Amino acid sequence: MNTLIELEKKINSELTTKIDQSKISHNQLYIEINKEDLIDVILFLKTNKDTKFRQLIDITAVDYPEELQRFKVVYLLLSHEFNQRIILSYSINENEVINSLTSIFPAANWMEREVFDMYGINFKDHPDLRRILTDYGFEGHPLRKDFPLTGHSEVRYSEDQKKVVNEPVKLEQNYRNFDYESPWEGTKYIKEQSENNDKKN
Amino acid sequence: MTKKIKNLNLNFGPQHPAAHGVLRLILELDGEVVEKADPHIGLLHRGTEKLIENKTYMQAVPYFDRLDYVAPMNQEHAFALAIEKILKIDVPVRAQFIRVIFCEIGRILSHILNVTTQALDVGALTPSLWGFEERETLMTFYERASGSRLHANYFRAGGVHQDLPASLEEDISKFCETFPKIIDDLENLLTDNRIFKQRNVDIGIVTKEDALDYSFTGVMIRGSGVPWDLRKSQPYDCYNQLDFKIPVGKNGDCYDRYLCRIEEMKESVSIIKQCLSKMEKGPIKSLDGKISPPSKKELKQSMEALIHHFKLFTEGYRVPKDEIYTAVEAPKGEFGVYLISDGSSKPYKCKIRAPGFSHLQSMDYLIKGHMLADVPAVLGSLDIVFGEVDR
Repeated sequence: MNTLIELEKKINSELTTKIDQSKISHNQLYIEINKEDLIDVILFLKTNKDTKFRQLIDITAVDYPEELQRFKVVYLLLSHEFNQRIILSYSINENEVINSLTSIFPAANWMEREVFDMYGINFKDHPDLRRILTDYGFEGHPLRKDFPLTGHSEVRYSEDQKKVVNEPVKLEQNYRNFDYESPWEGTKYIKEQSENNDKKN
Repeated sequence: MTKKIKNLNLNFGPQHPAAHGVLRLILELDGEVVEKADPHIGLLHRGTEKLIENKTYMQAVPYFDRLDYVAPMNQEHAFALAIEKILKIDVPVRAQFIRVIFCEIGRILSHILNVTTQALDVGALTPSLWGFEERETLMTFYERASGSRLHANYFRAGGVHQDLPASLEEDISKFCETFPKIIDDLENLLTDNRIFKQRNVDIGIVTKEDALDYSFTGVMIRGSGVPWDLRKSQPYDCYNQLDFKIPVGKNGDCYDRYLCRIEEMKESVSIIKQCLSKMEKGPIKSLDGKISPPSKKELKQSMEALIHHFKLFTEGYRVPKDEIYTAVEAPKGEFGVYLISDGSSKPYKCKIRAPGFSHLQSMDYLIKGHMLADVPAVLGSLDIVFGEVDR
């Protein structure tokens, strides 16, 4: 396939119903698929002689908490032969389990572990789904939008107990999130809010 | 009588000098042969991606210096390109050349560190002493341009922060004259060195197929004979005006990767020379006041400039809703930024694709069946920096 337009036509005609939506922008092809068709689509893209997307560049997810289907899972693929990139994506609900790509691309192993660690998305048939970047015994999934930037616990060495201890985060100063886009409404501080709530209760 | 033999589990790191940072590698040994390697990473995890989501685009740049801290500006480059493509702004020609010069300096910085520490890991001390002297010179160039030896924070969407100071161009071109001699010296020490070859030739072989399957990029895939370099195949900034070659290995072992890095340094020197000769005076950042901060002089005289300055450093510039993946050829491989903007002045999502992450995960595949003593050699040739692996 020489151009992205040809590639888009080819993929749409071969995979027909498996492709929900496709568009070309920034010299990359963006396609949206159904969750169930992931393995079929990836196998087609990897093996077909006109596509040859032999490299899985990355897997990631995006969190949209206010939407019906919370997570968008994204796969970035690269074809050396035709010098093209595809961004493949589909949306899932919070507790859905999705297929693992480890049998097709061994590189997917750590990438899926990272998505699991950061977003809490579970992969079916993954050989070794452990946390990867966060600490041993970490709780929560940091890249979810409802996870606070400061985290929940902080770590320090306790002189009394002679060991490293985890404690709830105590901030000397609030994390301030200035909202410059609506200057007349002022800012809302997390601490003040919670204090007000306490008084009400 | 039968003796029961049990495999030995060995903890390699996180404080081992040959672990190149904070890698905890759990090795399962049968005698001296490695049966299984399980790298535990994340000891340097700082939540860069989460932090970037909470900063304006301009405030996010310094986080990129702290990823691969050996070649900081290459990372900034990927982020700047991503924003530029979404905003559809043009970068002035001089800025493009400056960025390419500093990216190539970054490549030399990174390759010197890697080649010499790899030599150190297999027993040669002198190369690192010689190489680090050159790194110091290069970091002075960084300092003169950006004010900082390591964490440069120099590239901006639309150009660079400030113009090069007087006489820096001449000094860089003087360096280009003397540096090839240093590469030759390093090569004299290592390339035909019996011990160095014994430790590296036929160690950690990667076939073409596996290099593709394991998402290898950069030197790791070129060492296995795949001529793939984003500077050639998907050129960004002014790389398409420059003439350079892509060194490719044959056997895909640690030794070939070393040779590739040496050749790449020579090509980088030639790229820098070409840039210096083609560079002309001109603006160094986008002239759009909504993106680039005004100069101090304008600030004193123009009300509009003052407003722009205030808006840029409080709210920051807004980036329209879009989604993009941009990649650059960083010294270690393909460094990519997958950016989702939502129309506000902060990124909605910024996934960083670090080359070291996918290289390190193949550790088990690379080291299986090798001796324990080969672990540092293979690790050294993977060119791992934990800033980018752990993010």
